[in-house]
Amino acid sequence: MPKVTYVQQDGTQTVLDLPAGTTVMRAAVAAGVRGIVAECGGNLMCATCHVYTGDGADGVFPGATDDEDELLDCTAEPRRDNSRLSCQLSLTDQVEQLVVHVPGAQT
Amino acid sequence: MTRGAGGNDAGGHGGVVVVGAGQAGVQVAESLREAGYDDPVILVGEEPRPPYQRPPLSKEYLAGKLPDAELALRGDRFYEDRGIRLLVGRRAVELDRSGRVLTLDDGTVLPYGHLVLATGARPRPLPVPGGRLEGVVGLRTLDDAQELCRRLESARDVVVIGAGFIGLEFAAACRAAGLNPVVLDIAEQVMGRAVSAPTAAHFAEQHGLRGTRLLMGTAPTELVGRDGRVTGVRTADGTTIPADLVVTGVGVLPNTELAALAGLDTDNGIVVDEYLATEDPHISAIGDCAAFPDPRGGGRIRLESVQNAADQARCLAARLTGAARPYDALPWFWSYQGDLRLQIAGLATGHDHTVVRKDERTQGLSVYCFRGSSLVAVESVNRPADHMAARRLLASGVTVTPEDVAGPEFSARAHMARATDSERRAPA
Repeated sequence: MPKVTYVQQDGTQTVLDLPAGTTVMRAAVAAGVRGIVAECGGNLMCATCHVYTGDGADGVFPGATDDEDELLDCTAEPRRDNSRLSCQLSLTDQVEQLVVHVPGAQT
Repeated sequence: MTRGAGGNDAGGHGGVVVVGAGQAGVQVAESLREAGYDDPVILVGEEPRPPYQRPPLSKEYLAGKLPDAELALRGDRFYEDRGIRLLVGRRAVELDRSGRVLTLDDGTVLPYGHLVLATGARPRPLPVPGGRLEGVVGLRTLDDAQELCRRLESARDVVVIGAGFIGLEFAAACRAAGLNPVVLDIAEQVMGRAVSAPTAAHFAEQHGLRGTRLLMGTAPTELVGRDGRVTGVRTADGTTIPADLVVTGVGVLPNTELAALAGLDTDNGIVVDEYLATEDPHISAIGDCAAFPDPRGGGRIRLESVQNAADQARCLAARLTGAARPYDALPWFWSYQGDLRLQIAGLATGHDHTVVRKDERTQGLSVYCFRGSSLVAVESVNRPADHMAARRLLASGVTVTPEDVAGPEFSARAHMARATDSERRAPA
């Protein structure tokens, strides 16, 4: 079962054991993880579920599509090489331990 | 001592009671806890299930792309973990303002320090005979959506009354189910006054191309039926359009009854000031049911959107925990109609001029709405990056003229970047 750790700017962590099939965004919203706003509900129409991926992300997710790439230019906090929209990060059994860093602002 | 939640001195007297467990109610409870509020928080919901998201009901949910489990607004443990008492399947029936006590339909009596009315809205009933025939369905609740899913499996002739957001979203869902719905509306323009003429024209054209028959300027006069089941919709010109499923989406009415019974001022919503407070210092109203002063000077308005519900909830929670500020968030909306994805930033009401920018590659477009020389709203179709940039532009107050937008190289994002860049360089 994938284990995802959400790390806030102040260092606070939320660790969730999640079933494969959900996304990093949806799981965060259900659990009330601060800072994942996801206002469009996962339709790739906003950029408010922005995360910086950390350990465990290499090679387990497909790369960003053109649409995601364009929206990553619209994030409230600066885009970095490890920026992703968490609605596009679907958890599979390939993901064992994943760390994502939540930016300070989404809107 | 805990922080008081009332006008001035309400702490300790029952904490915060929230009537309505939709987007606004859940958000105010969550934001109170995030701000460290530690008196009781009680959330009362009329529907017999934990709070869920409404927007997907007319979109992904109908299309079968979103399972029930994913509809929940928050996870199972969310409320308990935060000490939010959730009372669902109960209706508030009486409000005693002098005693600061709310009574529910099962006799439960809840004293409050501060009462939040987040009662939402309900579909406006169809003002013609036949609205109670079997096969005539509105769309607001999960029960409605489940009934529609069932009926879509066997429906052949679907008529949608009302070419607003809900009606057009439902029409798109019908097409996904292999049906070609008829949509009729008394207005000449789809989505009424909520969008500009170029956006409305684009949607009317695109819905038509995808198989929806739009009958604008057409008034239904009666729903006709046989053996209690709907068989058709009769219109003002005397024609009867065959129908075995009629979906109505003719707007909503704010749920103001509880407030009105308690003597609070209502006028197309529960009247509140810029702090979302009613005339009673111990009662506030937020979300679809609240009529509030438009911070951009448009008089008193009432908005039906997730953004308005959530932002008003955050604003109120801040006031109740000692950080009062007037509500001034920029409104934004969305409506996904199949592959047509509309996003609106700002309020186009009262605009007198539009500039349309089309993107030939993606078939998307953005419509910039101006009142005089001021940009008041931007409507984007399949241009999410334009929408996000437009929100920043409108919220920042950066000047954008119709001439700027009409320029060959204009993009909202580049304009915003240039404006903030030159500000940064300007001497203080």
